[in-house]
Amino acid sequence: MKRAGLLSILIVFIGVIFIARLFYLQVLNPPETDLLRNNPSIKVKFDYPERGYIYDRNGNLLVANQLSYDIMVIPREVKPLDTLEFCSLLKITKEEFKIKFERAYKYSTRIPSTFVAQVSKDDYAYLQEKMHRFKGFYIQKRSLREYPVRSASNVLGYISEVNEAMINKNPYYQLGELIGTAGIEKTYETTLRGTKGVKFIQRDRFNKEIGPYRNGSKDTTAIPGNDVTLTIDSQLQKYGEQLMINKRGGIVALEPSTGEILALVSTPTYDPNLMVGRERSKNFTKLYLDTINKPLLDRGLQAQYPPGSPFKILTALAALEEGVITKHTTVSCFGSYRYGATSSMACHCDVYGGGINLNKGMYRSCNSYFANAYRKSIEKYPTAEEGMNVWSDHIKSFGLGNYLNNDLSVGQKGLVPDGDFYNQWYPNVRWQATYNISNAIGQGEILTTPIQLANMTATVANRGFYYTPHIVKNIKGKEIDERFVTKRVTTVNQSHFEPVIDGLFNVFENPRGTAAGSRVNGIAICGKTGTAENPHGQDHSIFIAFAPKDNPKIAIAVFVENGYWGSRWAGPIATLMIEQYLNGETSRAYLEKRMFEGSLELEYLKQLKEETELEN
Amino acid sequence: MRTRGNNIFKGIDWILVLSYLVLIFIGWINIYSATITEDVLPLLNFETEYGKQLIWIGLSFPLILIILTIDSKFYERYSSLIYLTSMLSLLLLFPLGKNINGATSWYNLGGVFSLQPSEFAKAATALAIAKLVSDKSFNLQKLNTQLQSFTVLFIPAILITLQPDPGSALVYTAFIFVLYREGLPFYHITIGFISIALFLATLYFGSNYVLYTISGIFVVLLIYLSVKREKAFKRNWLKIIGLFVLISIYIFSVNYVFNEVFQQRHRDRFNIVLGKSDDVKSIGYNSDQAISTIVSGGLTGKGFLEGERTQGEFVPEQQTDYIFTVVGEEWGFLGSSAVILIFALFCLRILFVAERQKSKFSRVYGYSIATIFFTHFAVNIGMVIGILPTIGIPLPFFSYGGSGLWGFTVLLFIFIKLDANRSYEW
Repeated sequence: MKRAGLLSILIVFIGVIFIARLFYLQVLNPPETDLLRNNPSIKVKFDYPERGYIYDRNGNLLVANQLSYDIMVIPREVKPLDTLEFCSLLKITKEEFKIKFERAYKYSTRIPSTFVAQVSKDDYAYLQEKMHRFKGFYIQKRSLREYPVRSASNVLGYISEVNEAMINKNPYYQLGELIGTAGIEKTYETTLRGTKGVKFIQRDRFNKEIGPYRNGSKDTTAIPGNDVTLTIDSQLQKYGEQLMINKRGGIVALEPSTGEILALVSTPTYDPNLMVGRERSKNFTKLYLDTINKPLLDRGLQAQYPPGSPFKILTALAALEEGVITKHTTVSCFGSYRYGATSSMACHCDVYGGGINLNKGMYRSCNSYFANAYRKSIEKYPTAEEGMNVWSDHIKSFGLGNYLNNDLSVGQKGLVPDGDFYNQWYPNVRWQATYNISNAIGQGEILTTPIQLANMTATVANRGFYYTPHIVKNIKGKEIDERFVTKRVTTVNQSHFEPVIDGLFNVFENPRGTAAGSRVNGIAICGKTGTAENPHGQDHSIFIAFAPKDNPKIAIAVFVENGYWGSRWAGPIATLMIEQYLNGETSRAYLEKRMFEGSLELEYLKQLKEETELEN
Repeated sequence: MRTRGNNIFKGIDWILVLSYLVLIFIGWINIYSATITEDVLPLLNFETEYGKQLIWIGLSFPLILIILTIDSKFYERYSSLIYLTSMLSLLLLFPLGKNINGATSWYNLGGVFSLQPSEFAKAATALAIAKLVSDKSFNLQKLNTQLQSFTVLFIPAILITLQPDPGSALVYTAFIFVLYREGLPFYHITIGFISIALFLATLYFGSNYVLYTISGIFVVLLIYLSVKREKAFKRNWLKIIGLFVLISIYIFSVNYVFNEVFQQRHRDRFNIVLGKSDDVKSIGYNSDQAISTIVSGGLTGKGFLEGERTQGEFVPEQQTDYIFTVVGEEWGFLGSSAVILIFALFCLRILFVAERQKSKFSRVYGYSIATIFFTHFAVNIGMVIGILPTIGIPLPFFSYGGSGLWGFTVLLFIFIKLDANRSYEW
């Protein structure tokens, strides 16, 4: 009889398991069974709040909303209809109708999806009268973005329809809803978006709506999005974009005392209004596929270039901090810096003689001077590796070589090499400072983005500290993030900054200074030209500056791709920006005109031709 | 010896009859709720499914009388013939059957009625197995006998799988309990369970991980034996390695069958239950709706005809395979666990009655039908409440369908008849 018991035991066992499972499902009501959402007898209606506005630092409206109307569909409620008439109403073809309907049907037969997005206001008025004849379709009001000022598209970003991957990642969103996908719209998505309200409506078994579910006790009200005020000065931004017309590159202007980004220009740019409305996807594809001009690349944040001569500032500061030079240390220069029997680095300071001190080295941009300083900094330590690590830490304390950890949606790390880096680079050799002497002049392995360079400039302007550059000044009802009000101090002592800044001042003030031609009457500007060699073609034109010398209000970095040398494009643009910001107007109309009208398009074309020929 | 009376109800196990009536009644109530329409129609009509089901229920009473009238010896004597006829009816489906929902499982009887012979094949197979096992020369320790009984089970199972209706074919594997009861060595069941466990583990963790684990266990086993039990090791190491090879081949073939032979819908069903994919919109829609519907019943249920999801017809196939969701939503935890209790007690009662039979034939038959009812009950409800993959198999006496109802009725009442005669036959 033992064998007979097995089945009985199994029956009891299964019975117990089933009752336990039913108890779990029906009495304990596990959280994963979301009754409200998956209950087809309850209709879920969303109430979309208005997206927050975006203002510039002076209260000028940059981004507003306009109303738009989406045609929505609930596939299971669709009854046979006159597709021909419907299609002509919506201005779509029958094939499109089929594709759209199948897509919606595949997504869900019960949950509404967007059938045609963003119908114009005129069409809406007309459609509204006819819509009741097409069961299962209805019109949903939504607000769209509008850009009163046609600039700063790289900063503002854009919103777009969520895709399925985003929905899977964040269940807040449903097919057809909008989400910020670039710029401020992306980084401050939840702030700007607010929270949509949900209404649950009870339906009877014939699918008629019979009132709120449980008297609306489960409903939530929509929480409107918050307005955001940016640190951007829209006038300065627009002015920068005009100066950069027909040139590729970026401008980043900061307020040194706060780290606020005053302007963030990237060219070529585009009209932000292109990213709105029914033409959006066509426009986006066009911009996205433009791999020559790359308008969607934010060059101010993402482009990594060798910094060139402005980097000499840090070479000097590191050497001063290490005590291997003083402001009186001099070197001689005869057109090149020799380091070893046969090696030398060219110098274009045109001094031909001795007695080059820090100040002169700075305003003449003497390569020999900084090569010497760099070499001494490294060679101070028993091994080059140690020296390199100490040096690297000094440089990194200026915010280079890593993400700035700011509130912008994109960024690049740049590169500041350390001892390890060269150990890997020269695995079997005892490398020395002379192996990478070009780091001294910002050439070598070092890479920076314009915003990093601007931040470095601000740090120098502040004499040794910076606040992480950020784009949002305040959000209604919320303080800005703590990381943007934390002072970040460099490893270089404050006292070492003044001699360097004097040198930067003489770049403009000394008649032989490399940017004497860009001098502005009445404003004490400190700056440094840069010409970065570029393996792909013509040198890049670079300039960094801050002003006024004491109590600086603006720090700026300008990059013009293939702009020959620093004082040719970047210098004038930087000083014009400073003048515009500090005085509200510019005094050098001729220079301004030259910048507005100057174009490097021919240069780019030439380069493109060379590249394509090379490939062929 | 008592004299044999003319009263066909004499000796009947009224507990089983009562359970039958209760189950039929509750079942119909729920079919009514699941298929009621807006229009008010008379209960007896051919337009609605509840109406048709009521007619089938009504017609099952004459059927019961016929079963009870027939001499109980008839079932034993003619069991082979009944089995052969039934198999023929399954075979003839291929040229003559009617295709509904992709399976050729029905004979069209004209009009709105059709007949599903696989529902009757269960009773026929149960009779055949009972006949086979009750033979005096029958000994399940012998391989020959084992093969014989497996053949009897495999023929209907394969014919039904080919319809294709793999869910209904599943029932025949459960006969292994019957054979075990009658002396089949226990390792058959052990092997069965280990295969199922390995199958599920392979699907859940992937063949590589399972293989690593198994290899680890075997290596440990071999090391243990070689160190501690040298004799046993010398005797058995070849067997152990052979077993390991067999298991590995099995795991690989499970992997192969799952990925290459199964269709995507089969894979999806497994993946949903194993929690590996979670799609409430398309493939998982049925089970998701079923569970949500049961959950919404709560402790006491929404009440008869008050279930929002049931009345809104949100659960596909609710009156057939998903009928238990109606119980869940409208009668709540109390109602649904009551149904589970009734079913469990019903199966236990059949087992109890089977064990008191003097005739081996009656006992084996009783054991067989207990197994059949239990399998249907366990697989159907297990699927509906989301602990088994989606397998199309009806819930006895509950699911809509005349053939099913009649099939289960015949199954049960042949046993009641056999039991009624237990005291003065043989």
